[in-house]
Amino acid sequence: MDVIYAGLKQIFHEVFDDDTLVITPELTAADVAEWDSLSHIRLMLAVERSFKIRFSAAQTASLHNVGQLAELIRAKTAAK
Amino acid sequence: MTDNLYTGLAWLPPPPRDFAAACKALGSMPAVGPVSHALANHALDLNQLTRLGRAILRATAEGQMLAPLEPFRLGLIGNGTLEFLIPVLVATAARYGVAIECIHADYGQITQEALDPSSRINAAKPDAVLLAIDFRGLPLQFIAGDAAAERADVDCAVAEINTIRESIRLHSGAVVILQTVPPPPESLFGSFDRRVPGTQARLIDRLNHAITDSVADTNDLVLDVAHLAATVGLGTWHSPALWNMAKLPFDDSCLPIYADHVMRLIAASRGRSRKCLILDLDNTVWGGVIGDDGLEGIKIAQGDATGEAHLAVQQLALTLRSRGIVLAVSSKNTDEVARAPFREHPEMLLKEEHFAVFQANWNDKATNIKAIAEELSLGLDAMVFLDDNPVERALVRQVLPQVAVPELPEDPAWYARTLAAAGYFESIAFSAEDRGRADMYQSNARRVALQHQAGDLDAYLASLEMEILFAPFDRTGRARIAQLINKSNQFNLTTRRYSEAEVAAAEVESDVFTLQVRLIDRFGDNGMISVVICRPNGSLVWAIDTWLMSCRVLGRRVEQMALREIILHARESGVQMLIGTYHPTEKNALVRDHYHKLGFKNLEQRPDGTTVWSLVTAKEIAAAPMKVRRSGFDAMTV
Repeated sequence: MDVIYAGLKQIFHEVFDDDTLVITPELTAADVAEWDSLSHIRLMLAVERSFKIRFSAAQTASLHNVGQLAELIRAKTAAK
Repeated sequence: MTDNLYTGLAWLPPPPRDFAAACKALGSMPAVGPVSHALANHALDLNQLTRLGRAILRATAEGQMLAPLEPFRLGLIGNGTLEFLIPVLVATAARYGVAIECIHADYGQITQEALDPSSRINAAKPDAVLLAIDFRGLPLQFIAGDAAAERADVDCAVAEINTIRESIRLHSGAVVILQTVPPPPESLFGSFDRRVPGTQARLIDRLNHAITDSVADTNDLVLDVAHLAATVGLGTWHSPALWNMAKLPFDDSCLPIYADHVMRLIAASRGRSRKCLILDLDNTVWGGVIGDDGLEGIKIAQGDATGEAHLAVQQLALTLRSRGIVLAVSSKNTDEVARAPFREHPEMLLKEEHFAVFQANWNDKATNIKAIAEELSLGLDAMVFLDDNPVERALVRQVLPQVAVPELPEDPAWYARTLAAAGYFESIAFSAEDRGRADMYQSNARRVALQHQAGDLDAYLASLEMEILFAPFDRTGRARIAQLINKSNQFNLTTRRYSEAEVAAAEVESDVFTLQVRLIDRFGDNGMISVVICRPNGSLVWAIDTWLMSCRVLGRRVEQMALREIILHARESGVQMLIGTYHPTEKNALVRDHYHKLGFKNLEQRPDGTTVWSLVTAKEIAAAPMKVRRSGFDAMTV
């Protein structure tokens, strides 16, 4: 599996405390019961820490699914 | 280490590898309380604390009891997002023996919650309410250069806080925990801010004084968040991005240490602070090993970096004693030897009379700590044990989990800082009685008799995953063998010294039996820790010329395994009897009964104290829990 998705899988399992979550590009907050506005922030913080990148509020707000998140991470880590 | 001492809770041991699985299984455990307490006592990050906190909340929602954790109901009111804090507080409370239930006000509902008698928080009748308000939640105008406006700002903010306090007290009877306010790092003029009324730096400083003064003569408490934030670093503490995005009052990396400080205060208000500091001596109170290095060799002087590091530990212990913390010693040493620096070393700050109990003996530390607690009539949960040796720390944590045992970094320069950072002795009052308490416990550093061994040491030894390596003397080991022979004083039966050349000669003498012993355990390689030399006395007898061991591995049954190895080789050579001799010196009283304990028969007792012992090699010696490896011996038939 792609390193970014492998990292995201670990982070999602940790943040949502659910090791059965399957991480696909199409996954959205509506698909995960625990994924509310608060855990979304925990998720973003965990992603930032894990990939050593920073998101702006505008970037965080523009994301609609995991695929877009992965693309943003790819762009940020490539730019480093 | 130094970077994350505070935010990383570095005085706690790292979490076990199966931490996530353990959290998941928590609800089905027969004892949720003790298991939560044990899991919480690790250096957990935000995600791990959240995971544990949620697991505890799930278990209680399913009707599980958290006994023996003490129930405590806490109301949370603040001007930032507090939801993240709740699972973190629940997990952190378990660390302090508290089962916390949090009731929180909705975002921004500070005064409404306080003033309405039937609000969620007032109706819950909490034990305490934490008022988490920062500079953004108070009516502060910060008009630079206007001293009257500054006074008005401070008065107005304190009046608002007082209104909230009064209402909570009236409607719920709860104790209110006020916070001091961390100033933001931004300045207006720079250093000149301190001199200009109405700047953030100056006004918030005055406000913090006023907040602190306002709780005098009440039961309310102050949580010094301003100091915590300064300790962590104001630039780290205040995160503009997180405030804008989620109204987090401070950076998420600070949540674990913030929750720990909240719980320290709450635990202290329930009398759950620690009361006694037990110190190891060698390499903790001074640098080096008194039994081997002697008074001249230990490092405890100004002007020496290592010496000053250990002096800082002594200074901290003395300061704690002056505020009522009882001091005790638990050291693996001969009593007289351990006391010598306190009596004779001019640079020592600590003296014998500062200790209530002084346990220097060769027993395991868990047994000694238990004896100290009983002697002082203090619970084990009032004890803190400071020791540089990770094996001793792990033993005490495993056998006596109630005792707080801080992790220490390798460099002793950080010992005192780490101990202080752990906040074991948090207190909410300081009385004249406290000042005299340490003296009250005094009885000239007495020793207490040990009743029986604490806990299951065999299980602990097995858990060390020890591996013992036997080899005859060889070129690689030569320098270390010579060093051990010339330096070991305590566990040394005959204290015969040999030069490196003599050691080299022994390698090739075919009738001399030599043994070098290494020990590895799950904490790492202890290196070479024991040396034995046997010389033939006729063809059927070996005389044990030299037998020494490093005190680091005392109590691990290494000597028992070494004897098994000697017997094995003796039988190979057709030897039927071993003769052992104990020559007493000033420093080796530790091994006076060495041969007796191993089952040797006493043959002779000389006037100078020397004793001679024998053992037939047909004797079977039980194995200790460790794996044996050999190298360098000629092929053996066994």
